[in-house]
Amino acid sequence: MGHAAETRSSKQISGGVHTSRRHDSAHKHVTGSAEYIDDMPEPAGTLHAYLGLSERAHATILSIDLSAVRSAPGVVDVLTGADVPGENDISPTARHDEPVLAEGQCEFYGQPIFAVIAKTRAQARAASFLAKVEYQERDFKTDVSSAIEADYPHVTPPLTLAYGNADDALSKATNRFSGEMRIGGQDHFYLEGQIAMAIPGEDDEVIVFSSTQHPSEIQHMVAHALGTPSAAVTVKARRMGGGFGGKETQGNQFAAIAAIAAKRHNRAVKIRPDRDDDMIATGKRHDFLMTFDVGHDDEGRIEGLSAVFAARCGFSSDLSGPVTDRALFHADNCYFLPNVRLTSRPMKTNTVSNTAFRGFGGPQGMLGGERVIEEIAYAVGKDPLEIRKLNFYGETERNITPYHQSVDDNIIARIVEELETSSDYQARRKAIIDFNQTSPVIRKGIALTPVKFGISFTATWYNQAGALVHVYQDGSIHLNHGGTEMGQGLNTKVAQVVADEFQVDLETIRITATTTEKVPNTSATAASSGSDLNGMAAANAAEQIKTRLVAFAVEHYGVHEEQVTFVPNHVQVGNQLIPFADFVKKAYFARVQLSAAGFYKTPDIHWDREKGQGRPFFYFAYGASVSEVSIDTLTGEYHVDRVDVLHDVGRSLNPAIDLGQVEGAFVQGMGWLTTEELWWDDNGRLRTHAPSTYKIPLASDRPKEFNVQLATWSTNKERTIRRSKAVGEPPFMLANSVLEALSMATASVADYKTCPRLDAPATPERILLAVERLRKG
Amino acid sequence: MNIAVRNELRFLLNGEVVHLTQVSPTLTLLDYLRLHRQMTGSKEGCAEGDCGACTVLVGRLSQSGLVYESVNACIRFVGSLDACHVVTVEHLAELNGRLHPIQQAMVDHHGSQCGFCTPGVVMSLYGLWLETPSSNAETIEKNLQGNLCRCTGYEAIMRAAEEMGQSSNSNDTLVVNHEGVRQKLSELRDGSRLVLSGTDGEIVVPASADDLANVLANSPDATIVAGSTDVGLWVTKHMRDISPAVFINNIPDLQMITEDATGITFGAGVTYSEAFEVIARTIPTMGDFWNRIGGQQVRNMGTVGGNIANGSPIGDTPPPLIALEATVTLQKGATQRTVPLEDFFIAYGKQDRQSGDFVASIHVPHLPDGDKFAAYKISKRRDEDISAVCGAFRIHVNPDGIVQSVRIAFGGMAATPKRAEAVEKILLGNAWDEEHVHRAMDAFSQDYTPLTDWRASSEYRMLAARNLLKRFFLETNGQSVQVLRHNKILAEA
Repeated sequence: MGHAAETRSSKQISGGVHTSRRHDSAHKHVTGSAEYIDDMPEPAGTLHAYLGLSERAHATILSIDLSAVRSAPGVVDVLTGADVPGENDISPTARHDEPVLAEGQCEFYGQPIFAVIAKTRAQARAASFLAKVEYQERDFKTDVSSAIEADYPHVTPPLTLAYGNADDALSKATNRFSGEMRIGGQDHFYLEGQIAMAIPGEDDEVIVFSSTQHPSEIQHMVAHALGTPSAAVTVKARRMGGGFGGKETQGNQFAAIAAIAAKRHNRAVKIRPDRDDDMIATGKRHDFLMTFDVGHDDEGRIEGLSAVFAARCGFSSDLSGPVTDRALFHADNCYFLPNVRLTSRPMKTNTVSNTAFRGFGGPQGMLGGERVIEEIAYAVGKDPLEIRKLNFYGETERNITPYHQSVDDNIIARIVEELETSSDYQARRKAIIDFNQTSPVIRKGIALTPVKFGISFTATWYNQAGALVHVYQDGSIHLNHGGTEMGQGLNTKVAQVVADEFQVDLETIRITATTTEKVPNTSATAASSGSDLNGMAAANAAEQIKTRLVAFAVEHYGVHEEQVTFVPNHVQVGNQLIPFADFVKKAYFARVQLSAAGFYKTPDIHWDREKGQGRPFFYFAYGASVSEVSIDTLTGEYHVDRVDVLHDVGRSLNPAIDLGQVEGAFVQGMGWLTTEELWWDDNGRLRTHAPSTYKIPLASDRPKEFNVQLATWSTNKERTIRRSKAVGEPPFMLANSVLEALSMATASVADYKTCPRLDAPATPERILLAVERLRKG
Repeated sequence: MNIAVRNELRFLLNGEVVHLTQVSPTLTLLDYLRLHRQMTGSKEGCAEGDCGACTVLVGRLSQSGLVYESVNACIRFVGSLDACHVVTVEHLAELNGRLHPIQQAMVDHHGSQCGFCTPGVVMSLYGLWLETPSSNAETIEKNLQGNLCRCTGYEAIMRAAEEMGQSSNSNDTLVVNHEGVRQKLSELRDGSRLVLSGTDGEIVVPASADDLANVLANSPDATIVAGSTDVGLWVTKHMRDISPAVFINNIPDLQMITEDATGITFGAGVTYSEAFEVIARTIPTMGDFWNRIGGQQVRNMGTVGGNIANGSPIGDTPPPLIALEATVTLQKGATQRTVPLEDFFIAYGKQDRQSGDFVASIHVPHLPDGDKFAAYKISKRRDEDISAVCGAFRIHVNPDGIVQSVRIAFGGMAATPKRAEAVEKILLGNAWDEEHVHRAMDAFSQDYTPLTDWRASSEYRMLAARNLLKRFFLETNGQSVQVLRHNKILAEA
């Protein structure tokens, strides 16, 4: 391999854009030498913090007796909300509704109400069980329906998107019906749990190592809680053992507690909850109750749609506003809705505050929209795929979304057509219908579902990024940017961009930990935006340095600008071919600044939430999948037999990494829709809070046959980084076809006459109960 | 009684011999590695043996010689490691800085994304590769049942696992040093009783089954720890004190499997993995069923004896073993008594086990010729899940088509594993036909009033239990009525 790379290097750099390169840390992952925060050597005298959690879903806390906690072996200190030196609040949207440690009341079962600081983690944890808390119980509501019934408030203002006239269209509709769907939440189950370690510095300074997707927010929250300026707080994040949205805001609490304790005791403090406590005390994907009223013509074309998306937000707002907004932004998916009104209801509930999770409400909105399509198909007696095609957005007309942005880059028809052919969809569907006629117990189903996902933060100001690039005298390059690495290969992709800019081998680029010291005011690595934003910012930094280098060459060698080009591992200056390192060295001696801070902001986007109109998305990413499943109508057990995917990543920066994102997202989405069930008991206590009770997919659950293709012909219409498209979230929703295939298999027991109306997740229990329901008629 | 007592725990850790005289009974191998030795390659993902991020190999002397098995270091106690060889991911890094073929395959096929589960995945694959480098997808999946990956969707890991089959294991250090390690472990297992006492409590590793009886006679309330797949969680999740802890996982005469004319006898220390071969060979459907108990690491640690002794109403082995008329032999001092397994479970949390008693062995009679048998497990996720419902059916239909004998037992349907007596009564003496099966299905409600919990609702449990009888009926008539990932030949007695 080394040899091949060497001979190629003269013609082409190794690891440039559009080539498959392994994850930059892969060799460290496999040897266990990739360092996560819990693996770092602890400074001498490090103390350990552990959270004490409430044991009521909603109660006034009359008293907390911490004497036994304080006198337990090894305990150094116990913190309550009163000990927060700054403001006892970590609300990421400045709504002041989320305390670091709850005071006076608890609003969900498992809410942190104190933190023990002890010499060892085991001592802190053991002591955390010893508090005597006196509660005065209050009424509580844990699910959306009961919260609505009890007139619980919204945690944040709802949104309405409207286009055309939904009421009018519904009243005049050729056919009209209504329905509802329950869509479950999802635990992130990042393999590395939440963790932070704070090391106190001089004056009010503190360094916080945090497993976070959003170092800048950690910095601001820690500063806020400590009552110090942000400049006193440095946050570092080399890598996460998985994030998926669960470390966008959920690390704030742990970082704040570690920092407060570190400053109080002038010792390093580390905090890492046990898996169960992590799952109990941190937010998840929002559960939704979607209710709709739809009108359609006899063919199945939608005439009007009105839908309400009510979400279990938990006790505080966290990111529920933008999450429920994004659900509405994706309810249309690929379909033109000529008359539509979509409304969100971000409901307060007495559960942990739900948060970001891959797709950020989009999956729930899209799944609800697809249910409408599926129901219409059953109503008119057609394959849902036909209804999909009838309702697809046009390319130049019928292309206005419910938020009044036109879809200008629509490629869904081509994606679906190619996939329909490559997967042999029609023949297989026919074979399945034949099979079902003669198979009394085992039934099969197949479904093809499309995806269109909007790329950009809907909070427009988040669409900015910074990067810092240094070229050293020996030609080696230090790269830093504001994005965080959680396994998605962001650092590899951005390094490829920089390698490509300078035309040097990827090995020349040194990837470094994300830190608020190098790039300030960053956005969360979220919304699939990581490589779009940071790749552009890094390219901008590289361009600045290159511009200076070109100017140097023009002056030093007396050539024209056009005569200076960056060619593989060299700089071509007129007739001279100078090795990159030698050229850089010369530039250094000529006192050229070899460092630059790059910046990027996404152009042309705007969003007026009050009006519900604008162009919130820079572009859309597309994809489609076909899933085939078998179900056992005696037990509800099932199996995913085959999945075919065609997904659009524009011009891929790194096809191997993108393929991994698509495969991984699909299986994660499949888990959400099948076996991953969150279950609260009558006391409002989450009982599925460990891998023993909460079941994410295993290797033996992945589709038995899994054919994943990237749409290699696609290119981003917009000027994104090397015309690539974002890949983190969109493929998650490809798994929607699994649910619909399960639905078809279920519907077979009643001759496909009735839509089974499967709620998600479709556990074996839900399948069997639906089979029974349909059989009874 | 002249048992020698040793006060030093000795085991091999990668290339070194570790001697410990002060060990807390609750010290897990993972904490020892990470906190005491700063060997941070093995990760803590769940601390309950379900995610596999902490997977290491443990080599031990079994009945068949030195074997290396994947285990969860997070719930494996250091006290259970006497005379064992612990192999961690750091061992693979000692190869002159070069990646092991498995690691290289994982890199080349993009088998890691966030990397946190990766060391555990590598070690599970390493365990499989040592056994047999090249495996089919089904075997690889079985060996990865106990490894959760949230990033890759496993596809890339499977590609890497298939690639590793291209490399021979004959030059691997564990293969090359096999005899040397075997000898070393034989020396370490010197026939003495290990006793470690300290401020954190007491650890005892008896020298033999009889020695165990003596130890328990002196401390009848000691915690007996076999595979620690249950007791491990008492410690990691509830921080319970288990001292004095008596570790019985590596006592040779509790690891015996004997097959004779009457049936199979398993010593209480026999793991699921060790029992697999004879179970799969002699009892229809039980091979597949067995491979759905826990994940590979749990099967390598957990014991049939422990699954019975802990009395859980949702243990996987009691229903089939009750249907097979298994008996359990309990020992106290030198006295043994044998009880039918179905009588061992008295009520929720209460078994026929008195203070000082220990489960010595389990006897499973052979299935008589002509008996039909099947065990079924229903869970939310197919593999590495705990049963919502677990049912076992055994029936003898005479040549006239009449049910001559029937035994049906269920887990997950009552406070203990329990027979379906009303159902059996309807079937017994009647034709084995659809009509009687349907009548018997209605009788389930007389036998059971299942609970609703996070694994399943009462309604579903009842419906599934009824339908499992129907499945059994259809299968005995030669119909294939299960959704299977890999084609199987459903065995018949």
